Amino acid sequence: MTAVGNNFLAAIGRIFLAFLGACGRLAVFTGTALSHCVTSPFYPRLLIRQMMSIGYYSLPVVGMTAVFTGMVLALQIYSGSSRFNAEGAVATIVVIGITRELGPVLTGLMVAGRVGAAMAAEIGTMRVTEQIDALTTLSTNPFKYLVAPRLIAGALMLPLLVLVADIIGVMGGYLVGTEKLGFNSATYLDNTFEFLEQIDVVSGLVKASAFGFIVSLMGCYHGYHSRGGAQGVGAATTNAVVSASILILAANYIITELFFDI
Amino acid sequence: MNNQSPQSQDSHESTAIPKIAMRDVHKSFGAKVVLDGLDLDVARGESVVVIGGSGTGKSVMLKCVLGLLRPEQGSIKVDGEEVVGMRGKNRERVLDKFGMLFQGAALFDSLKVWENVAFGLIQGRGMSRDDAKGVALQKMAQVGLGEEVGELGPSELSGGMQKRVGLARAIATEPEIIFFDEPTTGLDPIMGDVINDLIVDCVKELGATTLSITHDLASARKIADRIAMIYKGKIIWAGPTDQVDQSGNAHVDQFIHGRAEGPIQMEVLRP
Repeated sequence: MTAVGNNFLAAIGRIFLAFLGACGRLAVFTGTALSHCVTSPFYPRLLIRQMMSIGYYSLPVVGMTAVFTGMVLALQIYSGSSRFNAEGAVATIVVIGITRELGPVLTGLMVAGRVGAAMAAEIGTMRVTEQIDALTTLSTNPFKYLVAPRLIAGALMLPLLVLVADIIGVMGGYLVGTEKLGFNSATYLDNTFEFLEQIDVVSGLVKASAFGFIVSLMGCYHGYHSRGGAQGVGAATTNAVVSASILILAANYIITELFFDI
Repeated sequence: MNNQSPQSQDSHESTAIPKIAMRDVHKSFGAKVVLDGLDLDVARGESVVVIGGSGTGKSVMLKCVLGLLRPEQGSIKVDGEEVVGMRGKNRERVLDKFGMLFQGAALFDSLKVWENVAFGLIQGRGMSRDDAKGVALQKMAQVGLGEEVGELGPSELSGGMQKRVGLARAIATEPEIIFFDEPTTGLDPIMGDVINDLIVDCVKELGATTLSITHDLASARKIADRIAMIYKGKIIWAGPTDQVDQSGNAHVDQFIHGRAEGPIQMEVLRP
Protein backbone atom coordinates (compact mmCIF):
# COMPACT_ATOMS: atom_id res chain seq x y z
CA MET A 1 0.00 0.00 0.00
CA THR A 2 1.25 3.49 -0.76
CA ALA A 3 2.29 5.99 1.88
CA VAL A 4 -0.72 8.15 1.02
CA GLY A 5 -3.02 5.18 1.58
CA ASN A 6 -1.35 4.41 4.91
CA ASN A 7 -1.71 8.01 6.05
CA PHE A 8 -5.36 8.01 5.03
CA LEU A 9 -6.06 4.83 7.00
CA ALA A 10 -4.11 6.16 9.98
CA ALA A 11 -6.17 9.36 9.94
CA ILE A 12 -9.42 7.37 9.89
CA GLY A 13 -8.11 5.23 12.75
CA ARG A 14 -7.19 8.29 14.82
CA ILE A 15 -10.62 9.83 14.28
CA PHE A 16 -12.34 6.56 15.21
CA LEU A 17 -10.22 6.15 18.36
CA ALA A 18 -10.87 9.77 19.35
CA PHE A 19 -14.60 9.16 18.86
CA LEU A 20 -14.49 6.03 21.03
CA GLY A 21 -12.52 7.94 23.66
CA ALA A 22 -15.10 10.74 23.70
CA CYS A 23 -17.95 8.20 24.01
CA GLY A 24 -16.14 6.55 26.92
CA ARG A 25 -15.55 9.88 28.69
CA LEU A 26 -19.19 10.85 28.22
CA ALA A 27 -20.38 7.45 29.52
CA VAL A 28 -18.18 7.74 32.62
CA PHE A 29 -19.32 11.34 33.18
CA THR A 30 -22.99 10.33 32.83
CA GLY A 31 -22.61 7.36 35.19
CA THR A 32 -20.80 9.46 37.79
CA ALA A 33 -23.36 12.25 37.52
CA LEU A 34 -26.31 9.85 37.85
CA SER A 35 -24.78 8.21 40.91
CA HIS A 36 -24.46 11.64 42.54
CA CYS A 37 -28.10 12.45 41.68
CA VAL A 38 -29.31 9.68 44.00
CA THR A 39 -26.84 9.91 46.88
CA SER A 40 -26.65 12.54 49.64
CA PRO A 41 -25.83 15.31 50.28
CA PHE A 42 -28.52 17.05 48.22
CA TYR A 43 -28.66 20.76 47.59
CA PRO A 44 -32.37 21.76 47.48
CA ARG A 45 -31.55 25.48 47.29
CA LEU A 46 -29.45 24.91 44.15
CA LEU A 47 -32.06 22.59 42.67
CA ILE A 48 -34.76 25.25 43.06
CA ARG A 49 -32.46 27.88 41.54
CA GLN A 50 -31.83 25.63 38.52
CA MET A 51 -35.53 24.81 38.20
CA MET A 52 -36.26 28.52 38.07
CA SER A 53 -33.49 29.13 35.56
CA ILE A 54 -34.46 26.25 33.25
CA GLY A 55 -38.23 26.39 33.70
CA TYR A 56 -39.55 29.79 34.68
CA TYR A 57 -37.04 31.93 32.78
CA SER A 58 -37.45 29.84 29.61
CA LEU A 59 -41.20 30.42 29.50
CA PRO A 60 -41.09 33.52 27.25
CA VAL A 61 -38.88 31.97 24.57
CA VAL A 62 -40.76 28.65 24.68
CA GLY A 63 -44.13 30.43 24.60
CA MET A 64 -43.17 32.54 21.60
CA THR A 65 -41.83 29.49 19.75
CA ALA A 66 -44.99 27.51 20.49
CA VAL A 67 -47.49 30.16 19.50
CA PHE A 68 -45.90 30.87 16.12
CA THR A 69 -45.38 27.17 15.44
CA GLY A 70 -49.06 26.44 16.16
CA MET A 71 -50.13 29.35 13.95
CA VAL A 72 -47.96 28.40 10.99
CA LEU A 73 -48.87 24.75 11.37
CA ALA A 74 -52.56 25.59 11.06
CA LEU A 75 -51.87 27.64 7.92
CA GLN A 76 -49.73 24.96 6.29
CA ILE A 77 -52.07 22.08 7.07
CA TYR A 78 -55.04 24.07 5.82
CA SER A 79 -53.18 24.92 2.64
CA GLY A 80 -51.99 21.33 2.09
CA SER A 81 -55.18 19.54 3.10
CA SER A 82 -57.33 21.77 0.88
CA ARG A 83 -55.76 19.95 -2.09
CA PHE A 84 -57.80 16.87 -1.21
CA ASN A 85 -60.72 18.57 0.56
CA ALA A 86 -59.63 17.58 4.06
CA GLU A 87 -59.61 21.04 5.68
CA GLY A 88 -61.62 19.67 8.60
CA ALA A 89 -58.53 17.79 9.81
CA VAL A 90 -56.61 20.98 10.60
CA ALA A 91 -57.44 21.06 14.33
CA THR A 92 -56.66 17.35 14.83
CA ILE A 93 -53.37 17.46 12.95
CA VAL A 94 -52.30 20.63 14.75
CA VAL A 95 -52.87 19.14 18.19
CA ILE A 96 -51.21 15.81 17.34
CA GLY A 97 -48.31 17.53 15.59
CA ILE A 98 -47.76 19.86 18.52
CA THR A 99 -48.10 17.36 21.36
CA ARG A 100 -46.21 14.49 19.75
CA GLU A 101 -43.41 16.27 17.91
CA LEU A 102 -43.15 20.00 17.60
CA GLY A 103 -43.82 20.85 21.24
CA PRO A 104 -41.09 18.66 22.74
CA VAL A 105 -38.54 18.98 19.91
CA LEU A 106 -38.75 22.75 19.47
CA THR A 107 -38.82 23.31 23.24
CA GLY A 108 -35.79 21.03 23.61
CA LEU A 109 -33.90 22.89 20.88
CA MET A 110 -34.79 26.32 22.27
CA VAL A 111 -33.79 25.32 25.78
CA ALA A 112 -30.56 23.83 24.41
CA GLY A 113 -29.76 27.22 22.93
CA ARG A 114 -30.74 29.19 26.00
CA VAL A 115 -29.92 26.98 28.98
CA GLY A 116 -27.39 24.47 27.62
CA ALA A 117 -25.17 27.29 26.38
CA ALA A 118 -25.45 29.16 29.69
CA MET A 119 -24.58 26.03 31.67
CA ALA A 120 -21.52 25.28 29.55
CA ALA A 121 -20.36 28.90 29.81
CA GLU A 122 -20.88 29.07 33.58
CA ILE A 123 -19.28 25.73 34.41
CA GLY A 124 -16.56 26.29 31.81
CA THR A 125 -15.65 29.64 33.36
CA MET A 126 -15.61 28.01 36.78
CA ARG A 127 -13.24 25.37 35.39
CA VAL A 128 -10.75 27.79 33.82
CA THR A 129 -10.77 30.13 36.84
CA GLU A 130 -10.11 27.19 39.21
CA GLN A 131 -13.47 27.57 40.95
CA ILE A 132 -14.17 23.86 40.44
CA ASP A 133 -10.82 23.01 42.06
CA ALA A 134 -11.75 25.39 44.88
CA LEU A 135 -15.01 23.48 45.40
CA THR A 136 -13.05 20.27 45.82
CA THR A 137 -10.67 21.82 48.36
CA LEU A 138 -13.73 23.04 50.30
CA SER A 139 -14.91 19.42 50.72
CA THR A 140 -17.67 19.83 48.15
CA ASN A 141 -18.02 17.39 45.29
CA PRO A 142 -18.46 19.37 42.03
CA PHE A 143 -20.67 16.62 40.59
CA LYS A 144 -23.07 16.90 43.51
CA TYR A 145 -22.93 20.69 43.72
CA LEU A 146 -22.89 21.65 40.05
CA VAL A 147 -23.96 18.74 37.88
CA ALA A 148 -26.64 16.82 39.82
CA PRO A 149 -28.99 19.81 40.45
CA ARG A 150 -28.82 20.77 36.77
CA LEU A 151 -29.55 17.25 35.53
CA ILE A 152 -32.50 16.80 37.90
CA ALA A 153 -33.87 20.27 37.14
CA GLY A 154 -33.56 19.67 33.38
CA ALA A 155 -35.38 16.32 33.51
CA LEU A 156 -38.14 17.75 35.73
CA MET A 157 -38.73 21.14 34.15
CA LEU A 158 -38.75 20.31 30.42
CA PRO A 159 -42.02 18.29 30.69
CA LEU A 160 -43.67 21.27 32.41
CA LEU A 161 -42.37 23.61 29.72
CA VAL A 162 -43.62 21.26 27.01
CA LEU A 163 -47.03 21.09 28.66
CA VAL A 164 -47.18 24.89 28.49
CA ALA A 165 -45.86 24.83 24.90
CA ASP A 166 -48.55 22.30 23.94
CA ILE A 167 -51.31 24.51 25.30
CA ILE A 168 -49.91 27.70 23.74
CA GLY A 169 -49.24 25.95 20.41
CA VAL A 170 -52.77 24.61 20.20
CA MET A 171 -54.04 28.09 21.10
CA GLY A 172 -51.97 29.53 18.25
CA GLY A 173 -53.56 27.07 15.84
CA TYR A 174 -57.00 27.89 17.27
CA LEU A 175 -56.45 31.63 16.77
CA VAL A 176 -55.46 31.23 13.11
CA GLY A 177 -58.16 28.61 12.55
CA THR A 178 -60.98 30.74 13.93
CA GLU A 179 -59.81 34.25 13.04
CA LYS A 180 -58.21 33.72 9.63
CA LEU A 181 -59.39 30.42 8.22
CA GLY A 182 -63.03 30.85 9.25
CA PHE A 183 -63.50 27.75 11.45
CA ASN A 184 -66.27 27.80 14.01
CA SER A 185 -64.76 28.08 17.50
CA ALA A 186 -66.73 25.22 19.06
CA THR A 187 -66.13 22.93 16.06
CA TYR A 188 -62.40 23.63 16.11
CA LEU A 189 -62.15 22.79 19.82
CA ASP A 190 -64.28 19.66 19.36
CA ASN A 191 -62.02 18.49 16.54
CA THR A 192 -58.97 19.28 18.66
CA PHE A 193 -59.96 17.04 21.55
CA GLU A 194 -62.01 14.36 19.77
CA PHE A 195 -59.09 12.44 18.35
CA LEU A 196 -56.47 13.42 20.91
CA GLU A 197 -55.28 10.40 22.90
CA GLN A 198 -53.45 10.21 26.19
CA ILE A 199 -50.39 8.68 24.57
CA ASP A 200 -49.97 11.72 22.30
CA VAL A 201 -49.40 13.95 25.31
CA VAL A 202 -47.58 11.39 27.47
CA SER A 203 -45.09 10.48 24.73
CA GLY A 204 -44.33 14.19 24.31
CA LEU A 205 -43.73 14.63 28.02
CA VAL A 206 -41.46 11.58 28.22
CA LYS A 207 -39.50 12.95 25.28
CA ALA A 208 -39.30 16.30 27.06
CA SER A 209 -37.83 14.72 30.16
CA ALA A 210 -35.20 12.94 28.08
CA PHE A 211 -34.42 16.15 26.16
CA GLY A 212 -34.08 18.11 29.42
CA PHE A 213 -31.61 15.55 30.69
CA ILE A 214 -29.67 15.70 27.41
CA VAL A 215 -29.51 19.51 27.43
CA SER A 216 -28.23 19.64 31.02
CA LEU A 217 -25.84 16.74 30.48
CA MET A 218 -24.25 18.33 27.41
CA GLY A 219 -24.02 21.75 29.09
CA CYS A 220 -22.35 20.27 32.18
CA TYR A 221 -20.11 17.83 30.28
CA HIS A 222 -18.67 20.37 27.87
CA GLY A 223 -18.35 23.04 30.56
CA TYR A 224 -16.67 20.64 32.97
CA HIS A 225 -14.09 19.60 30.38
CA SER A 226 -13.41 23.04 28.94
CA ARG A 227 -9.78 24.09 28.73
CA GLY A 228 -7.71 27.07 27.72
CA GLY A 229 -9.41 30.27 28.84
CA ALA A 230 -12.02 32.28 26.97
CA GLN A 231 -11.55 30.40 23.70
CA GLY A 232 -12.04 27.06 25.47
CA VAL A 233 -15.20 28.31 27.15
CA GLY A 234 -16.51 29.56 23.81
CA ALA A 235 -15.82 26.19 22.18
CA ALA A 236 -17.52 24.40 25.11
CA THR A 237 -20.62 26.54 24.67
CA THR A 238 -20.81 25.83 20.94
CA ASN A 239 -20.21 22.11 21.44
CA ALA A 240 -22.86 21.94 24.17
CA VAL A 241 -25.54 23.45 21.92
CA VAL A 242 -24.59 21.48 18.81
CA SER A 243 -24.27 18.11 20.56
CA ALA A 244 -27.45 18.63 22.58
CA SER A 245 -29.38 19.53 19.42
CA ILE A 246 -28.15 16.48 17.51
CA LEU A 247 -28.76 14.15 20.45
CA ILE A 248 -32.28 15.57 20.90
CA LEU A 249 -33.11 14.81 17.26
CA ALA A 250 -31.63 11.31 17.50
CA ALA A 251 -33.35 10.57 20.82
CA ASN A 252 -36.61 11.88 19.34
CA TYR A 253 -36.51 9.23 16.65
CA ILE A 254 -35.66 6.43 19.09
CA ILE A 255 -38.35 7.38 21.61
CA THR A 256 -40.96 7.78 18.85
CA GLU A 257 -40.19 4.30 17.59
CA LEU A 258 -40.33 2.83 21.10
CA PHE A 259 -43.65 4.51 21.92
CA PHE A 260 -45.57 3.92 18.72
CA ASP A 261 -44.02 0.58 17.72
CA ILE A 262 -44.40 1.37 14.01
CA MET B 1 25.62 22.04 40.72
CA ASN B 2 24.80 21.20 44.26
CA ASN B 3 22.33 18.41 43.91
CA GLN B 4 22.10 17.51 47.54
CA SER B 5 18.82 15.80 48.20
CA PRO B 6 16.25 17.78 50.15
CA GLN B 7 16.03 15.00 52.69
CA SER B 8 19.72 15.00 53.55
CA GLN B 9 19.75 18.76 53.90
CA ASP B 10 16.60 18.95 55.88
CA SER B 11 17.50 20.01 59.38
CA HIS B 12 13.84 19.74 60.35
CA GLU B 13 13.62 16.10 59.35
CA SER B 14 13.10 14.00 62.39
CA THR B 15 11.81 10.60 63.19
CA ALA B 16 8.31 12.11 63.40
CA ILE B 17 6.00 11.44 60.46
CA PRO B 18 6.01 14.43 58.10
CA LYS B 19 2.67 16.16 57.60
CA ILE B 20 3.16 15.80 53.84
CA ALA B 21 5.63 13.40 52.26
CA MET B 22 6.11 13.16 48.51
CA ARG B 23 8.35 10.46 47.09
CA ASP B 24 9.38 9.91 43.48
CA VAL B 25 6.24 11.62 42.14
CA HIS B 26 5.88 11.51 38.35
CA LYS B 27 3.23 13.29 36.33
CA SER B 28 3.10 13.81 32.57
CA PHE B 29 0.64 15.35 30.18
CA GLY B 30 1.03 13.41 26.94
CA ALA B 31 4.70 13.56 26.01
CA LYS B 32 5.38 16.50 28.35
CA VAL B 33 6.93 15.36 31.62
CA VAL B 34 5.99 17.85 34.36
CA LEU B 35 6.97 16.08 37.58
CA ASP B 36 9.95 13.79 37.17
CA GLY B 37 10.59 12.02 40.44
CA LEU B 38 9.78 14.82 42.88
CA ASP B 39 10.68 14.31 46.56
CA LEU B 40 9.62 16.73 49.26
CA ASP B 41 8.70 16.55 52.93
CA VAL B 42 6.80 19.17 54.90
CA ALA B 43 7.04 18.74 58.66
CA ARG B 44 4.13 19.41 61.02
CA GLY B 45 3.75 23.15 61.62
CA GLU B 46 6.40 24.00 59.06
CA SER B 47 6.07 26.60 56.32
CA VAL B 48 7.72 25.45 53.09
CA VAL B 49 7.86 27.60 50.00
CA VAL B 50 8.65 26.01 46.65
CA ILE B 51 10.19 28.45 44.19
CA GLY B 52 10.77 27.91 40.52
CA GLY B 53 10.09 29.32 37.09
CA SER B 54 6.87 29.10 35.15
CA GLY B 55 6.05 25.63 33.86
CA THR B 56 8.38 23.80 36.23
CA GLY B 57 5.56 21.84 37.87
CA LYS B 58 4.77 23.86 41.00
CA SER B 59 0.99 23.99 40.56
CA VAL B 60 0.86 20.40 39.35
CA MET B 61 2.63 19.34 42.57
CA LEU B 62 -0.06 21.00 44.71
CA LYS B 63 -2.85 19.51 42.59
CA CYS B 64 -1.36 16.04 42.95
CA VAL B 65 -1.38 16.37 46.75
CA LEU B 66 -5.00 17.54 46.69
CA GLY B 67 -6.03 14.68 44.38
CA LEU B 68 -7.10 17.05 41.61
CA LEU B 69 -4.50 15.32 39.44
CA ARG B 70 -3.32 11.74 39.81
CA PRO B 71 0.39 11.05 39.48
CA GLU B 72 1.41 8.07 37.32
CA GLN B 73 4.02 6.97 39.77
CA GLY B 74 5.22 7.71 43.28
CA SER B 75 3.79 8.15 46.73
CA ILE B 76 2.15 11.10 48.47
CA LYS B 77 1.39 10.70 52.15
CA VAL B 78 -0.55 13.07 54.37
CA ASP B 79 -0.07 12.31 58.09
CA GLY B 80 1.49 9.03 57.00
CA GLU B 81 -1.57 8.01 54.99
CA GLU B 82 -1.18 7.29 51.28
CA VAL B 83 -3.49 9.63 49.31
CA VAL B 84 -2.64 8.69 45.72
CA GLY B 85 -5.70 6.91 44.31
CA MET B 86 -7.77 7.66 47.40
CA ARG B 87 -11.46 8.20 46.56
CA GLY B 88 -14.89 8.87 48.00
CA LYS B 89 -15.34 9.43 51.72
CA ASN B 90 -11.66 8.84 52.49
CA ARG B 91 -10.67 11.53 50.02
CA GLU B 92 -13.22 13.93 51.54
CA ARG B 93 -11.89 13.17 55.03
CA VAL B 94 -8.34 14.00 53.95
CA LEU B 95 -9.46 17.13 52.07
CA ASP B 96 -11.09 18.37 55.29
CA LYS B 97 -7.54 18.96 56.54
CA PHE B 98 -6.75 21.35 53.69
CA GLY B 99 -7.37 24.98 52.87
CA MET B 100 -6.09 26.65 49.76
CA LEU B 101 -5.56 30.18 48.48
CA PHE B 102 -5.68 30.05 44.69
CA GLN B 103 -3.59 32.22 42.39
CA GLY B 104 -6.63 34.08 41.04
CA ALA B 105 -8.48 33.70 44.37
CA ALA B 106 -11.07 31.45 42.57
CA LEU B 107 -14.00 33.07 44.37
CA PHE B 108 -17.45 31.85 43.39
CA ASP B 109 -19.03 34.55 41.21
CA SER B 110 -22.57 33.51 42.02
CA LEU B 111 -22.15 34.00 45.79
CA LYS B 112 -21.67 37.06 47.96
CA VAL B 113 -18.31 37.60 49.59
CA TRP B 114 -19.41 36.35 53.02
CA GLU B 115 -20.98 33.27 51.42
CA ASN B 116 -17.65 32.56 49.74
CA VAL B 117 -15.83 32.74 53.07
CA ALA B 118 -18.50 30.65 54.81
CA PHE B 119 -18.72 28.09 51.98
CA GLY B 120 -16.55 25.42 53.59
CA LEU B 121 -18.38 25.81 56.90
CA ILE B 122 -21.87 25.52 55.38
CA GLN B 123 -21.26 22.89 52.70
CA GLY B 124 -18.31 21.03 54.16
CA ARG B 125 -19.05 21.16 57.90
CA GLY B 126 -22.85 21.47 57.80
CA MET B 127 -22.91 24.65 59.92
CA SER B 128 -26.10 26.77 59.84
CA ARG B 129 -25.97 29.85 57.59
CA ASP B 130 -26.36 32.25 60.52
CA ASP B 131 -23.54 30.70 62.53
CA ALA B 132 -21.34 30.43 59.45
CA LYS B 133 -21.95 34.10 58.61
CA GLY B 134 -20.72 35.07 62.08
CA VAL B 135 -17.51 33.07 61.63
CA ALA B 136 -17.07 34.42 58.09
CA LEU B 137 -17.32 38.04 59.23
CA GLN B 138 -14.82 37.32 62.00
CA LYS B 139 -12.35 35.79 59.50
CA MET B 140 -12.89 38.71 57.14
CA ALA B 141 -12.06 41.11 59.99
CA GLN B 142 -8.90 39.07 60.57
CA VAL B 143 -7.76 39.88 57.02
CA GLY B 144 -8.81 43.52 57.31
CA LEU B 145 -12.18 43.44 55.55
CA GLY B 146 -15.24 45.13 57.02
CA GLU B 147 -18.76 43.73 57.32
CA GLU B 148 -20.01 45.86 54.41
CA VAL B 149 -17.66 44.01 52.03
CA GLY B 150 -19.45 40.75 52.90
CA GLU B 151 -22.56 41.78 51.00
CA LEU B 152 -20.67 42.60 47.79
CA GLY B 153 -20.07 40.25 44.89
CA PRO B 154 -16.49 39.08 44.14
CA SER B 155 -16.46 41.01 40.85
CA GLU B 156 -16.89 44.27 42.78
CA LEU B 157 -13.57 43.77 44.62
CA SER B 158 -10.04 44.77 43.65
CA GLY B 159 -7.38 42.09 43.11
CA GLY B 160 -5.91 42.64 46.58
CA MET B 161 -9.30 42.41 48.26
CA GLN B 162 -10.11 39.24 46.33
CA LYS B 163 -6.86 37.70 47.60
CA ARG B 164 -7.80 38.67 51.15
CA VAL B 165 -11.24 37.09 50.73
CA GLY B 166 -9.53 33.99 49.33
CA LEU B 167 -7.26 33.94 52.39
CA ALA B 168 -10.24 34.34 54.73
CA ARG B 169 -11.95 31.44 52.93
CA ALA B 170 -8.82 29.29 53.18
CA ILE B 171 -8.56 29.79 56.96
CA ALA B 172 -12.31 29.80 57.73
CA THR B 173 -12.48 26.08 58.48
CA GLU B 174 -9.23 26.31 60.50
CA PRO B 175 -7.49 23.66 58.40
CA GLU B 176 -4.37 21.78 59.50
CA ILE B 177 -2.67 22.35 56.14
CA ILE B 178 -2.89 25.44 53.93
CA PHE B 179 -1.62 25.73 50.35
CA PHE B 180 -0.81 29.11 48.88
CA ASP B 181 -0.60 29.23 45.09
CA GLU B 182 1.30 32.35 44.02
CA PRO B 183 -0.21 34.45 46.83
CA THR B 184 1.31 37.77 45.70
CA THR B 185 1.19 37.39 41.91
CA GLY B 186 -0.58 40.28 40.20
CA LEU B 187 -0.47 42.55 43.26
CA ASP B 188 1.50 45.74 43.76
CA PRO B 189 4.51 45.35 46.11
CA ILE B 190 2.78 47.01 49.05
CA MET B 191 -0.38 44.92 48.78
CA GLY B 192 1.86 41.88 48.23
CA ASP B 193 3.56 42.60 51.53
CA VAL B 194 0.20 43.10 53.26
CA ILE B 195 -0.85 39.64 52.02
CA ASN B 196 2.46 38.17 53.19
CA ASP B 197 1.95 39.65 56.67
CA LEU B 198 -1.60 38.34 56.78
CA ILE B 199 -0.43 34.88 55.76
CA VAL B 200 2.24 34.86 58.47
CA ASP B 201 -0.22 36.10 61.13
CA CYS B 202 -3.02 33.74 60.16
CA VAL B 203 -0.78 30.72 59.93
CA LYS B 204 0.87 31.53 63.25
CA GLU B 205 -2.52 31.83 64.92
CA LEU B 206 -3.77 28.55 63.47
CA GLY B 207 -0.49 26.68 63.92
CA ALA B 208 -1.07 25.26 60.45
CA THR B 209 1.39 23.50 58.16
CA THR B 210 1.79 25.42 54.92
CA LEU B 211 3.10 24.66 51.47
CA SER B 212 3.34 27.63 49.12
CA ILE B 213 4.50 28.06 45.58
CA THR B 214 5.76 31.32 44.22
CA HIS B 215 8.39 32.97 42.07
CA ASP B 216 8.32 36.06 44.29
CA LEU B 217 11.50 35.83 46.38
CA ALA B 218 10.44 38.61 48.75
CA SER B 219 7.28 36.68 49.53
CA ALA B 220 9.19 33.42 49.95
CA ARG B 221 11.68 34.99 52.39
CA LYS B 222 8.86 36.42 54.45
CA ILE B 223 6.59 33.40 54.82
CA ALA B 224 8.96 30.43 54.60
CA ASP B 225 10.75 28.45 57.29
CA ARG B 226 12.30 26.48 54.49
CA ILE B 227 12.66 27.08 50.77
CA ALA B 228 12.84 24.40 48.08
CA MET B 229 13.60 24.98 44.44
CA ILE B 230 11.88 22.98 41.71
CA TYR B 231 13.43 22.63 38.28
CA LYS B 232 12.35 20.30 35.49
CA GLY B 233 9.95 18.47 37.80
CA LYS B 234 12.47 17.75 40.58
CA ILE B 235 13.39 19.46 43.82
CA ILE B 236 17.01 20.42 43.15
CA TRP B 237 17.71 22.25 46.40
CA ALA B 238 16.01 22.67 49.78
CA GLY B 239 17.17 24.42 52.90
CA PRO B 240 16.36 26.95 55.61
CA THR B 241 15.27 30.35 54.34
CA ASP B 242 18.34 32.15 55.66
CA GLN B 243 20.59 29.83 53.64
CA VAL B 244 19.00 30.51 50.27
CA ASP B 245 21.63 33.19 49.48
CA GLN B 246 24.45 30.76 50.26
CA SER B 247 22.91 27.70 48.65
CA GLY B 248 25.95 26.95 46.53
CA ASN B 249 23.52 25.85 43.83
CA ALA B 250 23.98 27.61 40.50
CA HIS B 251 20.30 27.17 39.57
CA VAL B 252 19.13 28.73 42.84
CA ASP B 253 21.65 31.58 42.52
CA GLN B 254 20.49 32.34 38.99
CA PHE B 255 16.84 32.27 40.05
CA ILE B 256 17.14 34.45 43.13
CA HIS B 257 19.23 37.02 41.29
CA GLY B 258 16.92 36.92 38.25
CA ARG B 259 19.70 36.45 35.70
CA ALA B 260 18.98 35.41 32.11
CA GLU B 261 22.44 33.80 31.87
CA GLY B 262 23.10 30.62 33.79
CA PRO B 263 22.29 26.92 33.86
CA ILE B 264 18.55 27.59 33.51
CA GLN B 265 17.94 28.32 29.86
CA MET B 266 14.54 29.68 28.87
CA GLU B 267 13.10 28.34 25.64
CA VAL B 268 13.12 31.72 23.88
CA LEU B 269 13.86 32.02 20.19
CA ARG B 270 16.51 34.68 19.66
CA PRO B 271 16.85 36.63 16.39
